[in-house]
Amino acid sequence: MALPTYASPLEKVWHYTYIVICVAIFFFLIAPIVVVIPLSFNAEPYFSFTEKMLSFDPTGYSLRWYDTLLTLGHAAPDGPRDGAWWERAWETSTWIKAAKNSLWIGLWATVLATVLGTIAALGLSRPEMPYRRLIMAMLISPMIVPIIIIAVGMSFFYAKACVSPDSAWFTLFGWALSSKGCLANSHLGVIIAHATLGIPFVIITVTATLSGFDQSLIRASASLGANPRTTFFKVIMPLILPGVISGALFAFVTSFDEVVAVLFIAGPEQQTIPRQMWNGIREAISPAILSVATILVIVSILLLTTVELLRRRSERLRGVTPR
Amino acid sequence: MADISPAPLTTSDGRPLKAALASAQARAKWRAFLLVVPLLLFIVLTFLVPIGYMLQRSFQHDGFSANVPALAAWFDANPGVTEPDEAAYKALVTDLAQMQVDKTPGQAGTRINYTVPGTISLFKGAARKAAEMQPPYKDALLADSAQWGEPKLWAAMREAASPYTTDFYRVATDRKRAADGGWERGSDQERIYIFLFVKTFLLSGAVTVICLLLAFPIAHLLATLPMSKSSLLMILVLLPFWTSLLVRTSSWIAILQEQGVINDLLVWMHVLGEDGRVRMVYNQTGTVIVMTHILLPFMVLPLYSVMRTIPPSYARAARSLGATSWTTFRRVYLPQTLPGIAAGSLLVFILAVGYYITPALVGGADGQLISNMIQFHMAKSNWSLAAALAAMLLVAVMVLYWLYDRLIGIDRLKLG
Repeated sequence: MALPTYASPLEKVWHYTYIVICVAIFFFLIAPIVVVIPLSFNAEPYFSFTEKMLSFDPTGYSLRWYDTLLTLGHAAPDGPRDGAWWERAWETSTWIKAAKNSLWIGLWATVLATVLGTIAALGLSRPEMPYRRLIMAMLISPMIVPIIIIAVGMSFFYAKACVSPDSAWFTLFGWALSSKGCLANSHLGVIIAHATLGIPFVIITVTATLSGFDQSLIRASASLGANPRTTFFKVIMPLILPGVISGALFAFVTSFDEVVAVLFIAGPEQQTIPRQMWNGIREAISPAILSVATILVIVSILLLTTVELLRRRSERLRGVTPR
Repeated sequence: MADISPAPLTTSDGRPLKAALASAQARAKWRAFLLVVPLLLFIVLTFLVPIGYMLQRSFQHDGFSANVPALAAWFDANPGVTEPDEAAYKALVTDLAQMQVDKTPGQAGTRINYTVPGTISLFKGAARKAAEMQPPYKDALLADSAQWGEPKLWAAMREAASPYTTDFYRVATDRKRAADGGWERGSDQERIYIFLFVKTFLLSGAVTVICLLLAFPIAHLLATLPMSKSSLLMILVLLPFWTSLLVRTSSWIAILQEQGVINDLLVWMHVLGEDGRVRMVYNQTGTVIVMTHILLPFMVLPLYSVMRTIPPSYARAARSLGATSWTTFRRVYLPQTLPGIAAGSLLVFILAVGYYITPALVGGADGQLISNMIQFHMAKSNWSLAAALAAMLLVAVMVLYWLYDRLIGIDRLKLG
């Protein structure tokens, strides 16, 4: 990016203008994410910096909005904070319940998407795979089709996807379905929907990792006497693991951040963090939303770091494999 | 002379090599396919079937047909008759009386209401009195409301007597019943759905262009900096990508609203007066700003990966041959970035067309897109109309997706 020595004065001016423009665009990208962090420590119920905050007066800052996350929905928020208080917060606080739901749904959606997606990606990257392009386009379409269309389709379908509460199916799967035996308003319904939305990300990352995978390693392993199972766990898996983990993280983030499908197919029992934030933004927007946002920003920084480290590791591993 | 043509090559068990290879390849094909089968079944069940179900709903509504057995029989017996006779009115009154018993006149009225507005109360009112009506039924019904004699109402009822209909697509393309029972284009004020589609496409186009203008310089910077510096700056692009959409939307509300950070800053700097605060959110401006921010990484990443592969020596060669820096950019550099521009623009446009969350939260009254209209009709239980609008949006997105696959190839899609 260094300026060449033959640059004319006009080009020099343009060069520095260009750098200023780039800095401004990076600022546009990152400022909205950074600005929520100080705002979430606001002592006042405002969405902006107060005079006190700007003059770095400690009384202008407080943790009250983080405290709201514990006390909202709590049966006795003002009581002494002993073991029983925390226990009740764990059981009844709106945000804690939402976080538990989000994590639980996200976890199972990720497991489902990653297992199915990785196996399919293994098939898709074989050179002899028939109709690869068509199948690939179909598997990636949940990422392309607008979420509202998916949500509308699912809400029609889930309302019909029921088992009779008297049948044997209900005894088997009733715990995962709604009280009427339907996928609508059930945890299982949301998990399936989120897995569907996460699958394209797993497919994309794992096939990208496999594109650098040397298929002759499989033959080498077979010629040395390994059965397909051993080959998978001892040869393929260690090499593609970084890709699988980043695919899983993408799937988890997709579920953890998803609100539209939840709005359409979930009931009050499946209140998740995004849905709670959605309600908060639509109704009375308070800095409590910003304190959740701050926590989520920190989570996303951790996830991003993990994925970047995995990507580098994957590139290193791929560098080892002869092409 | 001895025959020197060799015997066909065989495997150790005596099969011709060609056949053995073909069967081995077929087996390998099957094995590859079997790996994909579980996911394929899953996607078909959880994704394609629901969407197919939605498409079916866009052609089907039995709110009227399920409640008018007698009238449907009359329509079947008298095809093509536009002038209803006494028998038709008798059938209608019978059905209305039964609807009152079943408490369904609202359902039937709703179905007709899509094509002839104002009929829900008409059906409810007539159903209440139907049991007491005396022949001649035609006069009895016309005494209830003169609307019962209108040809366009009868045309609508004839069509609604079948549960399958294209009425919802007609409504979704802003056509309405004419007085003679046919369909006509609505006046310009009534063309809400077409207008909304056009607006969605225009706004998405605007967001795509702004994203391209913002992404081009930074993608170029990232592609030309040494790897160590660029991967550091890349984090600034990827962090928004990984941050929750709702987090970004709520922080933009904090920044842009009337009591928000930018307005406070401008007032504090005396650029604006206390009463001159600008409203930048809960309107179209807010939608465009926030969508641009959210979709920008989807433009930067494909541009970057293309720009990375452009050798800097081409630009140097152009300069050494006497091109000015502008000519070098326009004639040498820009054409080489076209694949990236196409990939990024199509992706951003596809994602923007179906955007729901951001317009719903920051769009206010005039920043709503077609997705929000679909949600509106879902919430109002106008399921078939919502499905028809969704189907039209789906077709648009599928065309763009096909274009993307043709031009760029779906397997070239990369994340981070």
